[in-house]
Amino acid sequence: MVVAEKEITKMIATRDAFGDEIVELGKENKNILVVDIDIGKSCKTENFMKQLPDQHINVGIAEQNGAGVAAGLATAGKIPFISTYAVFGSLRMVEQIRQEICYPNLNVKIACSHGGLTPANDGASHQAIEDMGVLRTLPNMTVIMGADYHSTRKLISKAAEMYGPVYLRFTRDKVPVIYDENEEFEIGKAKRLHDGTDIAIIANGDTVRLALEAAKKLEREGVSVQLLDMHTIKPLDREAVLECIQKCGKIITVEDHNIFNGLGSAVSEVVAEEGEGIVRRIGIQDQFGQSAPYEKLLEINGITIENILETAKNLLK
Amino acid sequence: MAFFSFQFCVIRRHINKSNGVKVLKKVSIDELKQQAIELRQTALTMIYEAQSGHPGGSFSVADIVTALYFKEMNIDPNNPKWEDRDRFVMSKGHVCPIQYAALAKLGFVPFETVHTLRQFGSPFQGHPDMKKCQGIDISTGSLGQGLSCAVGMALAGKLDKRAYRTFAILGDGECQEGQIWEAAETAVKYGLDNLVVFVDDNGLQLDGPTKVVMPNQDLEEKFSAFGFETKRIDGHSMEEIIETLDEVRERKNGKPKCIVANTTKGKGVSYMENVCGWHGKAPNEAQYQQAMAELAGGLR
Repeated sequence: MVVAEKEITKMIATRDAFGDEIVELGKENKNILVVDIDIGKSCKTENFMKQLPDQHINVGIAEQNGAGVAAGLATAGKIPFISTYAVFGSLRMVEQIRQEICYPNLNVKIACSHGGLTPANDGASHQAIEDMGVLRTLPNMTVIMGADYHSTRKLISKAAEMYGPVYLRFTRDKVPVIYDENEEFEIGKAKRLHDGTDIAIIANGDTVRLALEAAKKLEREGVSVQLLDMHTIKPLDREAVLECIQKCGKIITVEDHNIFNGLGSAVSEVVAEEGEGIVRRIGIQDQFGQSAPYEKLLEINGITIENILETAKNLLK
Repeated sequence: MAFFSFQFCVIRRHINKSNGVKVLKKVSIDELKQQAIELRQTALTMIYEAQSGHPGGSFSVADIVTALYFKEMNIDPNNPKWEDRDRFVMSKGHVCPIQYAALAKLGFVPFETVHTLRQFGSPFQGHPDMKKCQGIDISTGSLGQGLSCAVGMALAGKLDKRAYRTFAILGDGECQEGQIWEAAETAVKYGLDNLVVFVDDNGLQLDGPTKVVMPNQDLEEKFSAFGFETKRIDGHSMEEIIETLDEVRERKNGKPKCIVANTTKGKGVSYMENVCGWHGKAPNEAQYQQAMAELAGGLR
């Protein structure tokens, strides 16, 4: 299995994956543009701006306009990556995304740092806890959050290759590098990190590391764990969920997102439709955050290794 | 019904497709005025048959739409996705019947499409849909968003060093949306002199007079203050519209253009003119017949 036995040594924020990958993509294809909404330094587009100034647009603090400008650019064959914080890139401009990007199915990518609770000390105003759920509801939209630096880079590259609107969500803070540089990823295809038959854990984004640690502990205790990195929540890898239902029946989802409408909901939809299996959702408990250390915010929502273990044990009783 | 006797006006398009250079369409003011009559009649017939749609605003922008589609814009109905075509954004998307009339007459869609407005499966959706209708450059309908898209189109033209221009029509009520002014700032920042914005200043919106619902102040002064080159014209004078388009065509001075057009909602039909209730209402048969007869006589 990819990483289960590996020790984690490196820590990199996935917003840096965007900063690095977008420069490579922009050099390869001059139609790839960055549409910044002032906070480029924080969203790691500074190198792109310096190296590819002719492909860089900054519309200032005007998200709604940024979404419309990107749509207009896309009608002329450009591939704009709108870059901002997740809370603004989803909610502030959601109607523009709906009307001018998803409805006409234009080739615009929305690449957002500060996903979930990762902008921890910024407080609730900057913590995006509803973004993936809101955007998952829009027809034509693809919704992705990579778990680490390497997977995020690969997924950004795949998003640039595919036609259509994509929402990419990154962490502000550093998260462990858990994949090898050469690991391949496919949009809409879960990455299986461990095979097992007793219980399935499905996580995405910055919580994959927690799921991984929990899986290791459970394995040591003799519990056989099926572990998935569900980096794409739309389109959801239904086959991978069906496999979890068939092999384990018991599923725990883990996400840095409200328990409504995100990964847990998407998985639950499949389980409910199948009429088989049981799901326990670990995620933000339908409450706003506050300024606090990131780990503290995860803890008050039960997004912890300990809670994954406890939930697993209860399910296995 | 007068509708069925429309003469298809053959518009001479002189477009050199190899380099996108445009030779101006030779069409007289009188021909354009006749086109405007026919567009109004076609739009009204669509709304009457659908018993749904927005005649008031369709008529206030009718003369500008005519001048753009039948003279000014470099477009090709046989090649609607032509990369060097001029772009058009109907930001006040609810007045699409007048745009549909132009597209149908020019042959972007079969003319019979006019009988399908707002029907299931029709290219002529209630608001413009670029995926369903040839000749629509961007889907609109939610007010305040079209100018940003037009800015993106014009910016792409600048980035790719293409000669095409982008035209947008905004409503005066629509200018209450803050996003319009975000887009205006962007147009000025990027020196989009290839962008021509018309404001259909008809003074009415759904709930009543614009000056009562939310006073806009002077929209020409506002766009000017944002850095646009501006002019206020009579939006129903074909002579003035054409003269203004002639003026702005070659003004490549790094400034986007804004033409604020004094217009009358419902222009051309006596009982609709300046009556807020005709914002989004279809005529009954008697009203339809009266309107078609009045329109046939041209603007007073």
